[in-house]
Order: sequence, then C-alpha cells, then structure tokens
Amino acid sequence: MIPAPFDYKRASSAAEAISLIGEYGDESKFLAGGHSLLPLMKLRLAQPSMLIDIGRIQDLSYIRDAGDHIAIGALTRHMDVEKSPVLAEHAPLLAHAAGHVGDPQVRHRGTIGGSIAHADSASDLPATTLALGATYVAQGPNGTREIAAADFYKGFLESALAPDEMLTEIRVPKMNGASWGFQKFNRRAQDWAIVGVAAWKRGTESGVALVNMGSVPVLATSVAAAIAGGASIADAAQLAAAEAEPQSDLNASAEYRVHLAQVLVRRALESNNA
Amino acid sequence: MKVTITVNGKTHESEVEPRTLLVQYVRDTLGLTGTNIGCDTSSCGACSLHLNGESVKSCTLLAAQADGGTVTTIEGLANGDVMHPMQKAFMDNHGLQCGFCTPGMVMAAIGLLNENPNPTEEQVRIGLEGNLCRCTGYHNIVKSVLACANEK
Repeated sequence: MIPAPFDYKRASSAAEAISLIGEYGDESKFLAGGHSLLPLMKLRLAQPSMLIDIGRIQDLSYIRDAGDHIAIGALTRHMDVEKSPVLAEHAPLLAHAAGHVGDPQVRHRGTIGGSIAHADSASDLPATTLALGATYVAQGPNGTREIAAADFYKGFLESALAPDEMLTEIRVPKMNGASWGFQKFNRRAQDWAIVGVAAWKRGTESGVALVNMGSVPVLATSVAAAIAGGASIADAAQLAAAEAEPQSDLNASAEYRVHLAQVLVRRALESNNA
Repeated sequence: MKVTITVNGKTHESEVEPRTLLVQYVRDTLGLTGTNIGCDTSSCGACSLHLNGESVKSCTLLAAQADGGTVTTIEGLANGDVMHPMQKAFMDNHGLQCGFCTPGMVMAAIGLLNENPNPTEEQVRIGLEGNLCRCTGYHNIVKSVLACANEK
C-alpha cells in the first residue's frame, strides 16, 4: 500500500514548521515519527497534500528535570521515554507505559508528542499523561500556550491544538514516591489495549485515566473523589466507568469494557510499584 | 526529491517520490528484495531492517525520513560466504520454516542483542513481539537468539 501523492518539506525548527503549516494550511500535516500518520495515509484514511517533516528538529528531543515537573520535548521517542533515568526516578508510570507502546521497532521511531497530538483514545500515552495531570505546551504563530491534559482531548482524534499550532513540550508533575500501576488488557502481543488503565496513588490523592473507553482518553474523576473521601480501592474502582462512554466493537462489548475498567482500575490502584 | 542513503556500506543517490516507502526504496530502487513486505501496516515485522543501527519497520517509514542515514538490510549481514552469527544461529537451531519472516526476525533479533546483549528467554520473547511468524516457529527462533547471545 502506498500513500496518495503529497509534497514534502523538512523543517529545521519549530518556528519554521509553524510558518510552513501557516503557508500550506489545512491540507498539510506535521510528520514526526510517522507511526500513526503513515498507516492512515497508506490506508488512504488521511490524504494530506503536504507533509511537513518535523522529525529532525533535534532541540525538541529532551527529558529535563524542571523542579516540580519533568519537561519532555515533543519529539522524544518512546524508547527514550522508556529508558530515561530521570523519568524512572520521577515519573516511573510514564516510562513504564512508554515501554508498552507498540513494539521495539515502533518505539524506535514513534514520539510522545506525535502520540499525544494524534489524540487516539486507544493509545497509551494520552491517558497516562492525563492520569499524571500533565500540561502540554503548544507553539503557534503568536507564541506558546499551556493546555492542561484534561482540556486537550476534544473528540475522536481531535485535540485542542489549532491547525497552525504544534505541540512542543509535555510537562509531567513529579510523582514524589506515589505508588502506581499500569494495566493493559489485550489478547495479542503489540495490540492496542481493549481497555487500559494508568493510575497513581499517594495517601488519599490519586489520578486514574482510562485507555479505549470512549472517543477520548477518560479521566476517572469519580474514582479519585471516592479515594479522597476515604473509600476503599475496591469500592472506588466500581466507579471506574462513571465518566466513560465506551463503544462496542469486534473485541469487546461496551458492557464488557465497563467490567474490565472496574477490574483493571482496582488492580492498577492496588499495584505496589513506586 | 533526491535522497542519499548508505545501504549495506554503499552510498546511493536516488530520485524518489516523497511518498516512496523505505521498503519500496530498498526493494524496487535498489533491488534488495531480501526485505519482505508482509502485513504492510507495521504489525508483522517482516520488513524490519536497521536504520542508523536500530531496528525499524521499513513499511512505515518514508525513504525521505532515511535521507542521510545508514541502512542495513539482511543482504548486508554476511561477510562473503561467512554468515552473520545470528544467521548461523537461526540455521543451527532450525529458527525458520517457510522463511518469510526470517529476514525481519534476524534484523530484529540483532537489534535486540545490540540493546540487551544477555537477554533472558522472556526478554527475547517480549523483544521480538513486533515480529510475527505464521509457521508458529517461535520456540526455535527464541532458541536461536539465545544461542547467538551465549556465543558472544
């Protein structure tokens, strides 16, 4: 399978990329690692007439300790997130989840920013960064702005990014010793999660988000509220799907997804990883 | 557009369409047909090769993305008639049946050992999760990779 024809430009900086996308408009797309976009283009589900390759913008690939949070450049590859000592210490849930994206070959190319900007509710990193209360930084022609992960996901493959904005950084609060769990339920190696859960807990504080439980990644605020109110993990987990609108598909009915979410939220919160 | 890619030690300058996939480039432009196209959707791993020393799925990369890079395909492994240790390990341990997945499997396995020279059996199985063998020959493939690791 071959994508429909397109023109190709390579940007050497975020500013150049934003200027190019302003010039070429709606029919252009950013190409980062390409591991979400190129399959869609090969299947002709996406047919941009211009690809702006941002994959070589070196200064957007970094993982830095920024005091109360870790700053991750949008073009940091999954493999580098997975293996980062800084994240292993301060945000181990994210490093662990990155190690479950696709397979090693995919993780050598796919980027955290690409995954988040693609805004697929079935992907692992949108929900994981949502659970962690991350902030995303977007750069546009008029400068940068911060978008809370909780405000970012607008619909199926739709985000709060404007057409001429580019995601440049992901800011993940330090976990400060919180326990955490990541549950990915699938039936075959390297599949997307049928349902997935990213969760952390520190005393009565917690954050829980769900993968593939609707058209957007879901922040399970009812679970966190129940934990804050003193409920047991088992009782709180019963509320796992309160904010979700799961769909039925070939892999699972909506009812089964609700059941999975409840079980997986309990398991994730009971995990003793720290 | 023009791309310059070093494949198996030889630098090629080629004129390609922007939509040319890296796997098409090595197979059709360079005639290196050892790299197979299987699922064509980055699931099966048959098209695995190395770009700048790391295993990648060449059906999900543009040749343009490899411009300026270094590629190794299955054809670039042997030294004359002397097989790469991983190829030999696959032969010695019956790590292939029909052979369709084998080039990608070997490239992924070499990439795995580059990153983790002494993997456990479980780490080999997880490390090769991006490569499918429909002869269900996984057991001997894992054996081959472990044998290669132990020989080093």
